Amino acid sequence: MDLSFTPEQQNFREEVRKWIPRAMPADMRRKAEAGASFHQDETMQWHRILYEKGWIAPHWPKEVGGTGWDVARRFIFQEEIVRANAPELSPFGLSMVGPLLIQFGNAEQKARFLPKILSGDEVWCQGYSEPNAGSDLASLQLRAVKDGDDYVLNGQKTWTTYAQYADWIFVLARTGTDGKKQEGISFLLADIKNTPGITVKPFLTTGGTDAFSETWFKDARVPQKNRVGPENGGWAMAKALLGHERTLIGGIAESGKWVQRVKRIARETPVGTGTLFDDPAFRRRIAKLEMRYRAVAMANLRTLAAAQLGRAPGAESSILKIVGTELYQEATELAMDAMGHDAIGWYDAPESALPEHERWVASQFNYLRAATIYGGSNEIQKNIIAKQILRLPGA
Amino acid sequence: MNFDLTEEQQILVDSVARFVQNDSGTERFRKLRESARGWEPAMWERMGEYGWLGVPFPEEQGGVGGRFVDLALILEQLGRGLVPEPIIPSVVLAGGLISRLGSAAQVERFLAPMIEGRTSLALAYAERQSRYCLHEVQTSAVRVPGGYALRGQKVWVLNGHAADQIVVVARTSGSQRDRAGLSLFVVDAGARGLSRTPIGGMDGQRTALLELDGVEVAEDARLGGEGEALAHLEWAIDRGAAAACAEGQGAIQELFDRTVAYLKQRQQFGVPIGSFQALQHRAADMFSELELCRSTMILAAIQADSDDAEERQAEISAAKLQLSHGGWFVQENAIQLFGGIGVTDEQDEGLFFKRLRVLQGLFGDADHHVDRFQRLGRFSADR
Repeated sequence: MDLSFTPEQQNFREEVRKWIPRAMPADMRRKAEAGASFHQDETMQWHRILYEKGWIAPHWPKEVGGTGWDVARRFIFQEEIVRANAPELSPFGLSMVGPLLIQFGNAEQKARFLPKILSGDEVWCQGYSEPNAGSDLASLQLRAVKDGDDYVLNGQKTWTTYAQYADWIFVLARTGTDGKKQEGISFLLADIKNTPGITVKPFLTTGGTDAFSETWFKDARVPQKNRVGPENGGWAMAKALLGHERTLIGGIAESGKWVQRVKRIARETPVGTGTLFDDPAFRRRIAKLEMRYRAVAMANLRTLAAAQLGRAPGAESSILKIVGTELYQEATELAMDAMGHDAIGWYDAPESALPEHERWVASQFNYLRAATIYGGSNEIQKNIIAKQILRLPGA
Repeated sequence: MNFDLTEEQQILVDSVARFVQNDSGTERFRKLRESARGWEPAMWERMGEYGWLGVPFPEEQGGVGGRFVDLALILEQLGRGLVPEPIIPSVVLAGGLISRLGSAAQVERFLAPMIEGRTSLALAYAERQSRYCLHEVQTSAVRVPGGYALRGQKVWVLNGHAADQIVVVARTSGSQRDRAGLSLFVVDAGARGLSRTPIGGMDGQRTALLELDGVEVAEDARLGGEGEALAHLEWAIDRGAAAACAEGQGAIQELFDRTVAYLKQRQQFGVPIGSFQALQHRAADMFSELELCRSTMILAAIQADSDDAEERQAEISAAKLQLSHGGWFVQENAIQLFGGIGVTDEQDEGLFFKRLRVLQGLFGDADHHVDRFQRLGRFSADR
């Protein structure tokens, strides 16, 4: 057991810390320093900067364009990226379909898709949920029927986050109706921009942003060569991906950033002749949040370290999803409390009424109600723990 | 970065687990809680022979030269059996201070026999009005020819009833709440003017109330410099807190495992109660808190050896908060899931519940550690 960083790893931290602000364009750096949120075009701009540096995929193997870093370097890198408040990259290509293709894709698929995920030339979104397939995902109904070299797709996906910005969508489609519902599902890749019959309709979240979309398929043709893995074999792969997704969507690194954000708000919120940060009662609330963050971050690190030793993130990642998202929400709740009257404000308020570092807090506070729902609701995660770890009967 | 146990650590953990399973389970604890001493000198000597009592001390002092985390791994296993031998007061607190501050002669006289399991030690720091503040000390040490005279009262001294020597915190200068002016003295249990009243704890372990009525000690009974004790005392109490987290971890784990087994076995409405989703989700939440306890416990045990006082305090406070809140979540729900029998003395679960509650309050409760955390310089510093 050894948790210390070597001098070489500490040098690496210094290198990353110095590089980030130098690599950012001036506008982006200003927003990062103010703790602001970023637009899609800024996120993609940052994606390309990381790509050119060769740091876009720390968690991919070196042979396919990853950095080949060990868990300590990846941890340090992630900490520094978060610390600098750099734009959060879209996870759907780099962290979801990319690793799935690396593990299950054929040579042709890897050559076709991986380089453009890395470069950011192709942006991805996820087509899993349907109006009647949420927590019960395996009951999904999007039909894919073979016709010549293609599948013909009919049906609807929902919660296709940022589909309006995507070039490609990975979907779970029903290719078989015999046997258990899990057995007739295939994993398909569709060109969401150029395939006739696919329509995307974004809708507003309570956060006031168009993070969610619905995606319709009407006689949309997808070549069979865009099926990853065997026909009717999509469920097992999707499940492997979900395990990975869960460690990611706990928002643990982001929670660390929110701890700092809350402190900043408290420091800049005047109370009488001092600030909110002088109030011991409020400081103790922040302290409790930060201490909980340390506990969750440590649990995350233990999982990452185990993954480094070749143990796949299994059902344990459900814990991180649960405690991570609860922490994430709590952090936004405390930020709202810190803002006092400013918490009335919305992101379109003028700077004179709402300072830049508070601008997106209310939006995020509202939107992040989704955190305990998406990626498999926290109740589903508890089912997974009860069944796969605790082996409770009938679970 | 590697969280896996080394081969040596794994061997150590396995051997302590075997010891608990074969020789020191809850049946033994039940017998001992009825005894005056509460623990067995013969077992203490065995622990000395195994080398457990010397783990955190350097080899030149007769120790094993291990790290604190090795001791934490031992305590974690002992916690699963409620083993009552006084490792925390004797090895972690008093032993730690003697090892850190003692002269060669003091180490030879007080530490070496303890490492062999021939004697045991205690640390008397808490006073009625001190709560968790370590420099809130009324007990005085006044210079007399050849040494000092100690006067005052110490409460809830762990192992104070049985210890051969007691390290006493006393004020050599300054007023009641001054940070400076505290000194440490090794007081023999049989010293004239020292009276100790054994007080049983709710967890079945023993403490003592000490009255020091002009107890005279020689100059060479002082540990470290006069008036300079506080930083060392803080260090020792931090390690006590990390040790409480480690022992508590074993208790939480044991309580949780027993609860899950019970959920599978207990039938109501014709099915095991563990098939009910309301209880499954509660068990899942308990498991999450248990894992967070383990994560913070490991980090605290590693930081216990750190020279960076702020980092040590930050991680140990975070672990102690997690033990107090997350651990509490596990223990209160364990009793709830056992139902009525969880509240019977006959059932072991209540024993773990009580020990945990004692550990949660020792060396600072949740409120204390949250408050200490917000006072750290790095809490306020910009990142």
